[in-house]
Amino acid sequence: MDDSRPIFLQIAEKIENDILSGSLAEETQVPSTNEFAAFYRINPATAGKGVNLLVEAGILYKKRGIGMFVTDGSRARLVAQRREQFQDEYLRPLVAEAAKLGISQGQLADMIREEKSA
Amino acid sequence: MTAVIEVNNLTKRFGKLTAVDDVSFTVEENTIHGLLGRNGAGKTTLMQLLTGQDFATSGSIRVFGESPVENARVLGNVCFIKESQKYPEDFTATHVFRSAPWFFPDWDADYARRLIADFRLPVGRRIKKLSRGQLSSIGVIVGLASRAPLTFFDEPYLGLDAVARQIFYDRLLEDYSEHPRTVILSTHLIDEVSDLLETELVIDEGRVIIDADAESVRGSATTVAGKRSDVDAFAVGREVLHRDAIGGIATVTVARLSEMERAAAIRNGLELSPVSLQQLIVQKTQAPRQEFEQSA
Repeated sequence: MDDSRPIFLQIAEKIENDILSGSLAEETQVPSTNEFAAFYRINPATAGKGVNLLVEAGILYKKRGIGMFVTDGSRARLVAQRREQFQDEYLRPLVAEAAKLGISQGQLADMIREEKSA
Repeated sequence: MTAVIEVNNLTKRFGKLTAVDDVSFTVEENTIHGLLGRNGAGKTTLMQLLTGQDFATSGSIRVFGESPVENARVLGNVCFIKESQKYPEDFTATHVFRSAPWFFPDWDADYARRLIADFRLPVGRRIKKLSRGQLSSIGVIVGLASRAPLTFFDEPYLGLDAVARQIFYDRLLEDYSEHPRTVILSTHLIDEVSDLLETELVIDEGRVIIDADAESVRGSATTVAGKRSDVDAFAVGREVLHRDAIGGIATVTVARLSEMERAAAIRNGLELSPVSLQQLIVQKTQAPRQEFEQSA
C-alpha cells in the first residue's frame, strides 16, 4: 500500500483496475471484504470502506445473503471516468515536462508513436 | 458504536515520575487499535491500569462500563499478553495451553492446536529450554486462541522472526474477521502493523499526541524537498514537524496539504513525498534538534 493516500481509496482503485482489465467480469461475484482484508493484509473495516465506495458509485451491487457483484455496464462507465482523469493525471504533466525540456509538440507526437511501435 | 474502554483524565505517578499524564480516550468495540510510542512512553503502564493490575493516581477508567480493578466480570473478558510473561521454568507449553481455558471462557483448543503447528512450537519442551521467540509465540497463541472480547498484545513478538510475525498478522486478521473483538496492539514495529490498524493512539512521555483513525493519520503529513529558499518560502505560516538542510537543499515535513497546495508546490519545482506512520511518530516524538533552528 502506498503511504500517501487512504487505503480504502487504493482498495477501490484496485477493484476498478480488475474490472477494467476484465479479470473481474460484469455480473460476477467479487471477493468478500474479509477476503480482501486477508489478501491485502489490511484492516477489514478499511477494506469494507473501499468496497462500499464502489457500491455507492453503482459499480458493485449487493445480492442479499450472497455477496457483492460487478454491475452490468460498469466497465464502460469506468473507462469513461478514467479517460477524464487521463487528461489531468498523465497528459498535462507530460506536456508540461516536455515544454520544460524544450520538446516541441511535433517531437512529442513522434516520440509517442515510436514508443508504441517499440 | 459502543465504547469498550473509556478513560478520563487518567494519571499515574510513581514517586516523582509521571508515567501517565492526564490521558483521556475511548476505544470502540470490535476495532483493532494501535497503542504506539517510544520505550518508556507509558504504554505498558497504561495497559496495566486498563487491566486492573495497578491503581490509578487519579482519573477514571471504565472497561465494559465498569472499573476493572478486582472486577471479575470485566477481567473474565480481558486477555493481556505481556512482553515478558514469566512461566514456571519446569512447565511446558502444554501446561500453559491446558490451563488457559480456566481463565478464558471462549478458549478454542482446536484453533490453539492449529496455531501451534503454524508456529512450529515444541509444546513438550520445558519452558527454560525454549528460545526467546518460542516463548513469544506461546503468548501470541494464548492471545489469539483465548478469543477474549478485549485482547491486549504488549510487544507480543520479542525474538519472533519475520516469518512468525507475518503468521501472527495473518492469523490475527483472519480470526478477527470471523470472531470480531477489540484488540489493542502495542508495538515499536509501526510500519509492519500500520495497515492492520483501524485507530491509532500514540503516546509520548505519558501524554496522548495522536488519537485518530488510521486513515486520517495516513497522508496527514508530507515531506517537501527542494532548493532551500523555495522550501523555506513554502514552509512560511505552516506547522513544520521537521526540517533538515544540507548545502542549498532543504526538506521540511509539514501538516496535511490540500490538492491545490500540492499542485502549487509541484509547479514551484518542489518534490513531495509521503510520510509513513513510523516516520511521523519519529518526527513527533524526538527532541527538537537545536542546530536546525539556528540554520533556519
